[in-house]
Amino acid sequence: MMNIYTYYILLNIDDVTLAEGVKEFEEIFKKKLADSEAKGKVKVLETGTPGIKGAGISMIVYPGNVHYAHLSVSDIDEIIEEHLVKGRVVSRLTIEPVAERLESSGLNPQDIKLQDRIVLSESGVIDPENITEYFAVQGYEAIGSILENKLPDIDVIEIIKNSGLKGRGGAGFPTGIKWDFTRKAAAEKKFIICNADEGEPGTFKDRLILEGNPHLVIEGMLIAGYAVGASEGYIYIRGEYDLSIRRMEKALAQAYEYNLLGKNLFGSGFSFDIKIKKGAGAYVCGEETALIESMEGKRGNPRLKPPFPGTHGLWGYPTIINNVETLANIAPIILHGAAWFRSFGTEKCPGTKVFTILGDVRYTGVVELPMGITLREIIYGFGGGIKENRSFKAVHLGGSAGAVFDESILDVPLDYDTVKEHGGMLGSGAVLVLSNTVNMRDYLENVLLFFKHESCGKCVPCRVGTARLLDMSKELIASKDKDTILSAMDKLSETMFKTSFCPLGQSLKFPVQSINRYFHDEI
Amino acid sequence: MRIDTVLKKYEAKEENLLYILHEIQDGSDNNSLNKKDLEEVAAYVGVPLSRVNGVVSFYSMFSSRPRGKYIIRLCQSPPCFIKGSVNVYEKIKQQLKISEDETTDDGLFTLEFSSCLGVCGLAPAMMINDDVYGNLTEERVVEILNNYRNLED
Repeated sequence: MMNIYTYYILLNIDDVTLAEGVKEFEEIFKKKLADSEAKGKVKVLETGTPGIKGAGISMIVYPGNVHYAHLSVSDIDEIIEEHLVKGRVVSRLTIEPVAERLESSGLNPQDIKLQDRIVLSESGVIDPENITEYFAVQGYEAIGSILENKLPDIDVIEIIKNSGLKGRGGAGFPTGIKWDFTRKAAAEKKFIICNADEGEPGTFKDRLILEGNPHLVIEGMLIAGYAVGASEGYIYIRGEYDLSIRRMEKALAQAYEYNLLGKNLFGSGFSFDIKIKKGAGAYVCGEETALIESMEGKRGNPRLKPPFPGTHGLWGYPTIINNVETLANIAPIILHGAAWFRSFGTEKCPGTKVFTILGDVRYTGVVELPMGITLREIIYGFGGGIKENRSFKAVHLGGSAGAVFDESILDVPLDYDTVKEHGGMLGSGAVLVLSNTVNMRDYLENVLLFFKHESCGKCVPCRVGTARLLDMSKELIASKDKDTILSAMDKLSETMFKTSFCPLGQSLKFPVQSINRYFHDEI
Repeated sequence: MRIDTVLKKYEAKEENLLYILHEIQDGSDNNSLNKKDLEEVAAYVGVPLSRVNGVVSFYSMFSSRPRGKYIIRLCQSPPCFIKGSVNVYEKIKQQLKISEDETTDDGLFTLEFSSCLGVCGLAPAMMINDDVYGNLTEERVVEILNNYRNLED
């Protein structure tokens, strides 16, 4: 007999909630449910992150779309008794719906398309460990239609080119153009690598995509493989991302079971295999050539470019390396078309971006928004503003390698180009908010400590430069002539920008010079 | 004997080096790789010992020095810094009487600094072996460390 449930509860299981004890919570919750009058009327489903999250153990109750957050075991009785038995929402445990948050900060929710989600649209809705739930949301239809209609590879690339999709790993290079280089390269073997070595401080979007909807990434890789003529793929995941690795292993096994990976897919003659490679803890391995070195079993030192990996990559073969978020955009673009994708975002940067909001805001978490959104909307709307009656001081945008801005950046429509024009980079989409309690010299020292630690040591400008900059930031404490030190730091970071081997050393000028520009007087 | 079983599982190719090292380290008594192991691995994979040493010293997950049973990796990245990771560090230091990269006398804990662990929504955060702990306060750190100590009693 099929069971009719009164309530469906989506419980968010990801690395963050696991650390907060969600499994224990779930066990007690289910046990207490079974002992209550709501027994048999409630279905509890495990999902990935439902979008704006990072709010501790959290759940969504349907019908009603009620979001409960920051839950602990002591709240269980009240939720069951009040909500699930008596039908009364426990408002003290709910988080303010985004629309109300936006209004209370003077923004018009109508202006923001709150439903604009592409890569996270199914996260938190489907069970990431069950492939049939992905089928239910048109999963594998994009690759299926390509193969069954024998769509030429060049047409696939044309769609991606027309969509205007730019790489979401940080550099913002047009994905279609990148693919075309590799398609044209003649070689007996080609590879697709999914870069899931997410290490940029303040960034955890790729993990949530992998944990919330792993098949979306697999399908993106299949399409990339078909388009460029590759039959082997690797997913390079950070070793620390335990749950991502386990979910991806499960997803791959299920895809093989349904013949969506392996030989002669959809009877088309196209074959594709995917393997997981675990990283060993090095920030620089997020750089694509360093990642390749690491996959070959070597130290993760970056290679000289050109030649680019698109023609000379893994073991010398043409290789596409795309970020998780980039690959997660592919299947939706194929399904709905380039014009649909261009209806999101800005002219130069169509589509959405997944941002992580963190630091001194009331609500931290991850949110997918159209390109062109402003930091004011992100921080005050989605982040709920600055916490605990503090005031806004600065925002570090795009990860540690990005620039630190004052409030003058808040109303700039964000995309890769506009942030660049303002002397920074959108990078990974991390939005780290600093309140008036943060000392900017201390902060600068901490950022430099990070880079000194992560410099791979291959090239002199970066190896010596990161160490010297860190020393100089400490000299600032006691110095009577701070201007001289700060301008020397500016100059050194500029030299590193011009002479370093890879983006690690090159990008230090963004935090160093922006902190000097905007916060000179308080250092 | 143990190292042979690991080597047998992998083809003698350089691309398997990281995996071989991972597995040997995981199976070791002191969470580290010793010189003899590295020599055997180098010979098996067919690369110079210097290359293997270079790999071990490059990746923060590997160690050629003996480490404790529980490895504490405390995140030092900016998002954790502004949420007070320095106070957490001081508390751990005081509790265990060790600093960065040191191991307690009883061989239980090693303290390491780590770059972003990707759980910034829970800053400040740390990992102990494979488990992530977030929203750390000085009180919570004491409680967590005690839980591990109690496992040994």
